[in-house]
Amino acid sequence: MKPAAVAPPRLPALRAPLVFGALLALFALLLVRSLYLQRFDNAFLQEQGSSRYSRDIELPAHRGRIVDRLGEPLAISTPVKAVWAWPDKIDATPEQLQALAGALDMPTSALMQRISGAGDFVYLKRPVAPDAADRVAALQIKGVHDETEYWRYYPGGDVMSQILGFTGDHDVGQEGMELAQQSWLGGKPGSRRVIINRRGEIVEDVVSIRAPQEGRDLALAIDSRLQYLAFRELKAAIEANKAQAGAIVMLDAKTGEIVALANWPAFNPNNRARTAKNKMRNRALTDTFEPGSSMKPFTIAAALDSGKFTPATIIDTAPGTLTISGATIHDAHREGTLTVEQVIQKSSNVGAAKIALSLPPSTMWQTLSDAGFGTPPRTGFPGEVGGRLRPAKSWRPIEQATIAYGHGISVNLVQLARAYTVFATDGELKPVSLLKVEGPVAGRPVITPATARAVRHMLEMVVLPGGTAPKAQVVGYRVAGKTGTAHKLDDRTHTYSESQYIASFVGFAPVSNPRLIVAVMIDQPNAGQYYGGAVAAPVFSTVMGAALRMLGVPTDAPVNNVVLPPEGADVKEET
Amino acid sequence: MMARLNVVLLLALVVCALSLVTSRHQSRKLFVDLEREQTLTRSYDIEYGQLQIEQSTWAMPARVEKIAREQLHMQLPGASRVEVMDEVRR
Repeated sequence: MKPAAVAPPRLPALRAPLVFGALLALFALLLVRSLYLQRFDNAFLQEQGSSRYSRDIELPAHRGRIVDRLGEPLAISTPVKAVWAWPDKIDATPEQLQALAGALDMPTSALMQRISGAGDFVYLKRPVAPDAADRVAALQIKGVHDETEYWRYYPGGDVMSQILGFTGDHDVGQEGMELAQQSWLGGKPGSRRVIINRRGEIVEDVVSIRAPQEGRDLALAIDSRLQYLAFRELKAAIEANKAQAGAIVMLDAKTGEIVALANWPAFNPNNRARTAKNKMRNRALTDTFEPGSSMKPFTIAAALDSGKFTPATIIDTAPGTLTISGATIHDAHREGTLTVEQVIQKSSNVGAAKIALSLPPSTMWQTLSDAGFGTPPRTGFPGEVGGRLRPAKSWRPIEQATIAYGHGISVNLVQLARAYTVFATDGELKPVSLLKVEGPVAGRPVITPATARAVRHMLEMVVLPGGTAPKAQVVGYRVAGKTGTAHKLDDRTHTYSESQYIASFVGFAPVSNPRLIVAVMIDQPNAGQYYGGAVAAPVFSTVMGAALRMLGVPTDAPVNNVVLPPEGADVKEET
Repeated sequence: MMARLNVVLLLALVVCALSLVTSRHQSRKLFVDLEREQTLTRSYDIEYGQLQIEQSTWAMPARVEKIAREQLHMQLPGASRVEVMDEVRR
């Protein structure tokens, strides 16, 4: 018989359920804990986890370049470093600070001044070249940091400072074309989430959150060679005439593109720490002036178009004065009887006023308005103005008479140059553009082709001997244009100044097939000469001649066409 | 019969799994290379921009003129000293 099985020791009755219950409770605890982690602590844990292997990377987008019509860069952005500091957290030995100043290429005293000031954040220097920033980082000074930022460089310096403008913080356009074309030029940085390995290399894209949008390049109509030429001659003329300011505009007569636009005084956009506001102004677009006689051709054009006058109609300008309701208009030189042609050539105020008074105000207003006066030239340039052309209904006779020779109306230089496209073409006003234009540009007819040709002929007479601007002649080319000399309005007394003038000249060449229109304005010449024919016409001549030769425009006149009056001869001009 | 098929399938599975691991590894390595090249492209882009700035700064008309005037002693002839030739017609 088998031995009886040993009876297992009796367990306490409660033990099994107790252990079971305890285990169950522990499981429940785990369950609750995991539920808690999943539900309430999830975001934090996810972040902690992903921060160990994934990174958000900023994808920088650089600002587009600005180039000229030939593709020469005028403005380029490049990444540089900015070194900044928390002054109260700087912890460095004097030797370290000296090394820091050396790396930043600034005097130690200047550095000390920067970090001793109050405030909690200072830029020590910006921009800093990347290699210099690396040397700063190698010093490992507490409280000194660097960051990458884009810095805009303008290789042309002051030559086209006002037209390009500049960018401010974060490379955002602040003035000029940089501001006008911000949405085209500006890039939008993107970002992406990636997985990195233990060596910090990117091994996988998780998801591209935002693709960066690079800024686009902008091609201006400016030709940098012509721009430099115009700038150099303008500056030389302003210095020679001790003038206050000046501007020059060069238009392509076929397309209305602004191929050069320079102003003086100018500033260096690369270093504009203490630049006065008035140097930043693009006078040619944002300032208006009373043009003086350069307005006469439009009066004559309106007269010819009305059919009441022909170029040979005789006007009696004797005795050189004309009194309208108490106010008297003077001619600088008494001329007696003149033909309409000669009114332009000799620039007779009385002749122009008489012609104007025989026209209905609305006719004259219409021609001036169609030629673009009184409305902004719509170049898209920030701050451009349209000048003042009062409605014809409000014109008093004296006003109509003065507008005929360019007083009581104000224009900006670009407007004036654009209006001359009417005479450079067969009566069409071309739209102006700061951006490069492809292909032919349709104009808007303003005057009849016959009138345009007749006025063009008169304008050519202006630069020939007997006219007011023989100094505007160009060797080898037929040129046409009109001088202007206007009394400046005194800002304080609101009357015309007796001693301050604005001299201007607008013209185009070659007359047989106009290619370029150049308008020059010299504000307050102060060296004896102040007539447009003496101050502005020579600038026109040099710039136009050099520009036509540079562009290889075929000559249309014999090469000995220039007949200059003897040196020191009086240049005739009205006021 | 059934057992043999299972062994074959198991082997196939192992081979597949291993090749997945290698290709995954390959793809990561290639991706790292791609990243490196892209970083390089970006740095070349930046360098190109800097060189463009440098080039146009050197080639600025104002600077060229200054050098021509001061170092090479060249002059711009005045209007009276310019002779314009007519186009030669053949």
